[in-house]
Formats: sequence, C-alpha cells, structure tokens
Amino acid sequence: MKTREELAVPRAEFRSYYGRPVLKPPVWEWKIPAYLFTGGLAAGSALLAAGADLTGRPALRRAGRLGSLGGLAVSMVLLVADLGRPERFHHMLRVAKPTSPMSIGTWILVAFSPGSALAAAGELLPGRWFPRTRWTGRLLTLAARPAGLSAAAVAPGVAAYTAALLSQTAVPAWNEARYELPFVFTGSAAASGAGLGLLAAPVAEAGPARRLAAVGAAGELAASALIDRKPALPARAYTTGRAHRMRRWSEGLTAGGAILAVTAARRSRPAAAVAGLALLGGSALQRFGVFEAGVASTRDPKYVVVPQRERLAARPLAGGTNGTGHPDPESPGLASPA
Amino acid sequence: MIDEHSFYGPLPDPAADAGHSDHPPRVGFFTDTSVCIGCKACEVACKEWNNVPEDGLNLLGMSFDNTGMLGANSWRHVAFIEQDRRLGVQDAGLAGLPTGPPASDQDAAVVAEALRHTQRGGGQLGTSPADLPFPSLPVADGDGPPGSRDGLRWLMASDVCKHCTHAGCLDVCPTGALFRTEFGTVVVQQDICNGCGYCVSACPYGVIDRRPHDGRAAKCTLCYDRLRGGLEPACAKACPTQSIQFGPLDELRERASDRLADLHADGVPEARLYGEDPDDGVGGDGAFFLLLDEPEAYGLPPDPVVPTRNLAASWKAAGIAAAALAAAAVSAFAGRPGRGRR
Repeated sequence: MKTREELAVPRAEFRSYYGRPVLKPPVWEWKIPAYLFTGGLAAGSALLAAGADLTGRPALRRAGRLGSLGGLAVSMVLLVADLGRPERFHHMLRVAKPTSPMSIGTWILVAFSPGSALAAAGELLPGRWFPRTRWTGRLLTLAARPAGLSAAAVAPGVAAYTAALLSQTAVPAWNEARYELPFVFTGSAAASGAGLGLLAAPVAEAGPARRLAAVGAAGELAASALIDRKPALPARAYTTGRAHRMRRWSEGLTAGGAILAVTAARRSRPAAAVAGLALLGGSALQRFGVFEAGVASTRDPKYVVVPQRERLAARPLAGGTNGTGHPDPESPGLASPA
Repeated sequence: MIDEHSFYGPLPDPAADAGHSDHPPRVGFFTDTSVCIGCKACEVACKEWNNVPEDGLNLLGMSFDNTGMLGANSWRHVAFIEQDRRLGVQDAGLAGLPTGPPASDQDAAVVAEALRHTQRGGGQLGTSPADLPFPSLPVADGDGPPGSRDGLRWLMASDVCKHCTHAGCLDVCPTGALFRTEFGTVVVQQDICNGCGYCVSACPYGVIDRRPHDGRAAKCTLCYDRLRGGLEPACAKACPTQSIQFGPLDELRERASDRLADLHADGVPEARLYGEDPDDGVGGDGAFFLLLDEPEAYGLPPDPVVPTRNLAASWKAAGIAAAALAAAAVSAFAGRPGRGRR
C-alpha cells in the first residue's frame, strides 16, 4: 500500500475538503479599501485643518477643511454603494452596538460629519452667496472654528475604528494583526492628510504637515514591519502575492514621501507636491494591500486550518484525537505526522 | 443582561442573555454523520420549505457533492469524502479483486486547482455558481495485485449553520437584523438587513453569505417559522435515517455522548463529536456533529473562535492608536510660530 506521502499533492501539508476555502471570502469589493483611504484622509485633514486654524495658517486650513469634507463625501458614497441594499443605509442608525465596530464606526462618522461639513462650508461659502458683511456669512465664519475643532476631536476615532472593524472578523490575516493594524491605519491617515497639506499649502505654512507626515509615516512603517515579522502563518498573507507587492510599493512611496517632506519640501514647492502625492499614493496602496491580504487569507484554507491545528496540538488531550483522549491511529493530522 | 461570559466562554442560556425572560428550552441539531446515506433529502426539504433560490447547477467533481459549501442559497450541504480506509470492522469487498492505488487524492487535487481559479476561490459555492471546467478526473487503475488494498469508505455529512452560543455574525451585525430567538437560535430579519456583508467575514465557519442579486445576507433559520408552530425543522423531518436529530440541546448532548460511546465500543475509534463542547471557541454550537474524521476533512475549521473574543483587545489597540494620532497632530503644531515662518 502506498503511503499518503507518496500520493500527496504539494498543497497537502494540511487537510481540507477538496482544497475549498473554510471561510467565505469577504463580499466587500474595492470600495471598502478605497473608503479606508478616503476615511483616513478625511480624518488626517480634519486634524491638520484644526491645527492650522488655531495657529493662523489659512491656506493649510483651507486645504485641510476641504480635504476633510471631500474625503468624507467620497467615503459616504463608497460605503452606501457597497451595501447590498443601498436604499437601506439608514438601518445602520437603528442600533448602537459596542460588539460591532461597524455600528460604532457609523456613530463616529455621524459625530464627525457635521463639524467637517460646517467647517468646509465656512471655508467655501462666505463670499459670493454669503458675503462676510451679512450676518449669514459672519455666522458661518464664526461657526467654522468650533465645527472644525469638533471634527478634529472625533477624527482620531474615524482613523482608528476601521482597524477594529477589520480585525473583529474571522479573516485570519486581519484578526492576527489586531494589535498592529490600528497603528498602521492611524499612521496612514496622518501621512495622507499631511500629504494633502503638502500638495495644497505653500511651503511657508506647511511645516506642521511636514512634521505630521514624518511622524505618521514612521508609525505606519513601523507597525507594518511588525506585521510582516509576525511568526504566525496568517501574517504570511501580508508578505506574499499581490498584497505583498502593493505593500512594498506603499512602503517605498511612504518612506520616500516622508524623507522628501522633511528635506527638499522645506524649500521647494514642487518637491513638496511630489512628496504629498507619494504620501497619498503610499497610504492608498497600504489600505488596498491590507485588504488584499485579508481576502487572500480566506481563499486558501491553510490560513484557517494550520494555525487552528497547531493551537489544538498545543492543548493537552486535544489535537489528533477523537475528543476522548484516544489518538486516532490513522489520522494524518499535523499533531501526528505520519 | 451582560454576563461575564456574554462574549466568550460557556453560557448556559443564550436566549436569556439576549433578553428573553420566559422562553422555551434551547433547541438545536445533532447531526450523526455515521448514519448519513447522502440522500440530500435535507438539502431539498430545506430549499422547498424556506423557498431558498437556486445556487447554480454545478458539476464539481467532489464525489457526489455538487453543492460544495453552505452559503446564502444552501442552508444544508451534504459533503462526500472517499477514503481508502476501513470503516470499523466493515468489509469493503475488495478482497481478491485487482486493486491499484486509490485516485481520490489526485481527484481532490484536480478539483482544488480548478476552484482556486474561480472568482471567490470556491467560497461562492452554495451561493452562486462556480464556473468550473468539466472536471477531467484521473481514474484508479485496477491492475494492482489482489489484496493490495482492503480499505474503502465513503463519508457523508450534512452541514448546517451552527447557531453558535457566541455568534460572530450576530455580534457584528450593525443593523440588528441578526438576532437571538427565544429558542436560542440565530436568525436574519430580511426586512432589516441592508447587506453590509460584515456577518459574512465574522462567521468562523464560513456559513452566512450575501445573495448577489437580492443583496441581503441569508442563512439557516433553524426553521424559525416551523418552531413557532410547534414543528421540527424541515431537514430533520425529511431525514430518513435520523442522521439529523432535532430537539432540546441538553437532550441532544446526552444522546450524542451515548452514540459516541457505542461507536467506540463497536470499533470505530475515530468517531468524535464536533461543536458540542460549551468550553470551545464559540461557547458550543447549537448544531453539533458526530464526525468520523478530522473536521477539516469535511471543510470545517478544527478550532473555530468567535472574533468577539478579542473585542476588548481590538478596541483597546484602536483607542491607543487614536490617542497616538491625536498626540502626533498636536505635537506637529506645538511650540512653533505660525505665519511667516520658513
């Protein structure tokens, strides 16, 4: 009788049902990673705008406020469009559930939106239709600062909750990175917001954007490197395939953009614009890369079976047995390599 | 009421934990796969009673299984596994016949490779068709010497939503569409679900899925309508061998441990229960199984854990990261003059 090893196909270091996935791959498409980017951009921009407002940097403030509302508006469209029943988007507002990061995220966005929108309105509207000499224009300008500050207060939540949303799933790659992902995402949000500031504000005002770019990029790259170095199998989804390629490009763009931001971008507007674009691109690719790693880890059953098998084997009287402590003599499981 | 084990660990009464004060006992399924004959009456009865749409007419090459997986449009799924191994003391009838090596492993590899190239890698099975090329499967050559192989068994198992004590799908549902019934089961309210898809990624068993054209999530309801009418679920009613047993969960657990002891006494040491343990990663399943091989051979996760177990850790990490972002933003502006600085 031939042994199993002689018959085994290359993918047979674990067992599966005809190689079929154990989990359902996410039904989310490109709109969700795109939202991760635009939501982060909205958050990072809102923080920069509030700081610029308080320290008297009008161009940076304007870029931040408009970037925040723009990112938020695109986010809303993406989130609603990704629903299976977009016309029922308001069903999200029926409940507030701490066990559901998507529910909490909905309420975080509800808290973020009015401030972001009003601050941008205060930036855009006074002038033609709401002249500053009239009370409407004066009210808008007056309300813009508290509105922008309220958005900035919620912005870190907007940037961070999406990491909990992804890690609070059975998707092996996302679940495995639950401690690192929030730092990747907040760092990425800071880098993208700062990138927009570098792109849109003059060099003289963009000092805080350059510093935020450096700090955000450093945080994102460090947390991202921690994920890559995790020994657990699900982390391999980040260092292989399309996810790996996207994240390498992301790292290159983010690191390059940050270095440029604290060097040449201090003097040259074109260099600042290049740095800003690189940071924005790096942030977007990071989100798509993380998303892709999660999808890949659901498509291949090894990411589910092998870690769970190892967990069982590490437990006394479990792995490779029939639940009663008697080993199954013919079991080819990892616990009893044949 | 929030219990110390509301999110993880053993929870004796999930219906009460969900707020049902005066409720019937928790019910579930015990699926004894050792007596399953693979008739698929459960799949048919479920589709008929619940008006579950078609999930594609596939020819998968997975033995007699052309359903492939549980999904939005398959709430029962019968798995078929061919193995060159004896079942207990059963005589496979191969003695004296010319037998070569079995081809089942190569067959499985052919199917796996074809699935890998489909849109969701095979995860769409049970929900929508998998467009596989007509499988060209190797056939075992029967030219080996007689007696070279005496083992042959055909495992069949009817899979279903586990109605977990701690249900990942229910925990993450942002609309409240998924809820815990008075019977301790987990059901989607179709008039509430807006198809966000979070439950699909939160299920550690890969059960619930979104219907592509309908846009809403769907899964086994344990025939909630029939339960309310005092009837047993359609699949259990239709099962001709009592492989699918329905009843109060406590009673089913007793029955299952008796059956397991009988099988072990009868020389089937590989028999094991799956999902019956309230100390497992999901607090025990409302629908549990007696299996004759490792769970992963049936496409089941060997040690599933509800994602909600890490809820506090996830929120804590997100909170620290959010605070770090706020601090980074403040420090970027701190101590520097504004206007006119180069």
